[in-house]
Amino acid sequence: MGRNNNQLIKSIAGVIIFYALIKTAILTGFLNPYWQRVLDQSLIYVIGSLGLSLIFGFAGQFSIGHAAFFGLGAYSGGLVSKMLGTGSIPAFLLALLVSMLFTALVAYLIGKPVLRLQSDYLGIATLGFGVIVKVALDNANKLIPEMGGATGMTGVPQVVTFEWVFFFTVLAIIISRNFLHSTYGRVCTSIREDEIATSAVGINPAKYKMLVFVFGCALAGLAGGIYAHCYPFLHPSSFDFLQSFNFLIIVVAGGMGSLTGTVVTAVGWVFLQEGLRFALGEAFMDWRGVIYAVLLIILVLVRQQGLFGNKEIGVLAPRAVLTKGGKKNAAPES
Amino acid sequence: MEFFLEQVINGLQLGLVYALIALGYTMVYGIVKLINFAHGDVFMVGAFLGYFGFTYWGLPWPVAIIMSMVFCAILGVVIERIAYRPLRYAPRMIALISAIGVSFFLEYFCSLRFVFGANYRVVQRPLSEVSWQIGGITITNIQVLILVAVVAMLIFLQWIVHRTKMGAAMRTVSFDHDAARLMGVNVDRTISFTFALGSAMAAMGGVLYAIAYPQIQPFMGIMPGLKAFTAAVLGGIGLIPGAVLGALIMGQVETMTAAFISSQLRDAIAFGILIVVLLFRPTGILGRTETEKV
Repeated sequence: MGRNNNQLIKSIAGVIIFYALIKTAILTGFLNPYWQRVLDQSLIYVIGSLGLSLIFGFAGQFSIGHAAFFGLGAYSGGLVSKMLGTGSIPAFLLALLVSMLFTALVAYLIGKPVLRLQSDYLGIATLGFGVIVKVALDNANKLIPEMGGATGMTGVPQVVTFEWVFFFTVLAIIISRNFLHSTYGRVCTSIREDEIATSAVGINPAKYKMLVFVFGCALAGLAGGIYAHCYPFLHPSSFDFLQSFNFLIIVVAGGMGSLTGTVVTAVGWVFLQEGLRFALGEAFMDWRGVIYAVLLIILVLVRQQGLFGNKEIGVLAPRAVLTKGGKKNAAPES
Repeated sequence: MEFFLEQVINGLQLGLVYALIALGYTMVYGIVKLINFAHGDVFMVGAFLGYFGFTYWGLPWPVAIIMSMVFCAILGVVIERIAYRPLRYAPRMIALISAIGVSFFLEYFCSLRFVFGANYRVVQRPLSEVSWQIGGITITNIQVLILVAVVAMLIFLQWIVHRTKMGAAMRTVSFDHDAARLMGVNVDRTISFTFALGSAMAAMGGVLYAIAYPQIQPFMGIMPGLKAFTAAVLGGIGLIPGAVLGALIMGQVETMTAAFISSQLRDAIAFGILIVVLLFRPTGILGRTETEKV
């Protein structure tokens, strides 16, 4: 187990060094406030994409409605914070908890009927759900005036600092990693590979599909809750199906079944978008979407398995499992 | 009652346009199992070309429609050749991302100032609107035009698919690429032909849409495309009658909701019905349930 301990120490060191580097960059003014926001945004996308990565990349359940859960998290958490109005840290944490629980509840209720559907049909059903949520958010002010409806919601206390985003990102990565390397995670992967074979060995796929769906959506809800406390203006159009495409692109382009791929691509993707804005300047702003689309097409043509395939690096890589005979009979670690 | 019947006719008009888009989706899905998200944008390009044809290039409108169809057929083939063919045997989701990429490309490229521009354009109708009163119901010549054009197109499509050699090849390839190849079918050419046919129909739908709802812009294809695809799934994807049936239902639902409930809830109810139908008939209304072999 020496290797694993080494890896653990290395990863903790890696996280601390990364944090220290960013902090130094902020304090020395190398990272100006604008790029700090971009960094925050990229980490929020990491959390949300991890959710879809679990649902789609690992358990193979095609969802094009992920942004709807992101939006539900943002609005529910934002609403709680706005109602409490104090902007204190306990209120913020309570709001995040509400974001996650509310999103998980909705995911459970919608997952119960739709998770029976297969592949593309599931995708279309979730896409439809996304459109419905968007319409609901557009008209939410008729029930709850604070939610603003189609004019957008303002007034959520902006309490999120880089530390919070960073903390929740690391937490989300650790939880996702541990989930995947648990029995539950292995069952999810086996459902992706072959659902019938999974049920043939006495596992109820419906239960595990539901579990991973609720968990993944709760992560999207958490990302949404943080988003609401990080950006002063929430609008339903930020959570429509084009946003769902963004999550889908991140997961597939990063490599289906690779947490590393999802994390790296989510950060890279946000920085690419902002980087293009920066690099092109005012005169070529119109070209941003075109260049982005061309890069996307070239990426999938050149690397059909996504950036990382199904590879993992560092502690995210699965450990060899000890078989019944103990350490002696364990499969050699690759 | 008359108001209701007029809404039925409005719904039919919308549904027929959706049907033209849905057919392209369903044929492409049937043959390569790919959700071609760029299809809605081909529809948009078709609408713009038709508009340019009869507004700026002085073409009579039937010629403008045909010109737009020919161009979009070529566009469809080029898209397939560049973005989908290299990925045909890659994981399916990768091709889907490529389709989303092509969709973004068409939208943003067409928004560029020297292409179509990002602004809304108001379409001057190439034929003046004439309306007839039949038993208290108003019917316009544009509705008749759409009905005739779409029905003609459907008959033409049925003829191609069931009576020609290319149609037989299309049906064979949709069953099994390898078996089709062994029988001497040129699979690549058949798929190209399917894209050309689907894109031409989307272009026709685009021009008719621009004439019926005279306002166009580069992102106009997203929602109709999404709804047409939903309609294809509703009817049973891969089936030509299913696409038409689904599109007609979609058109009615949307118009009826807008007329009698609330136009803001239009999309929510249309997609809500889709989810309910999928739950009871997971392969669509006309789709056959396939048992998965182990």
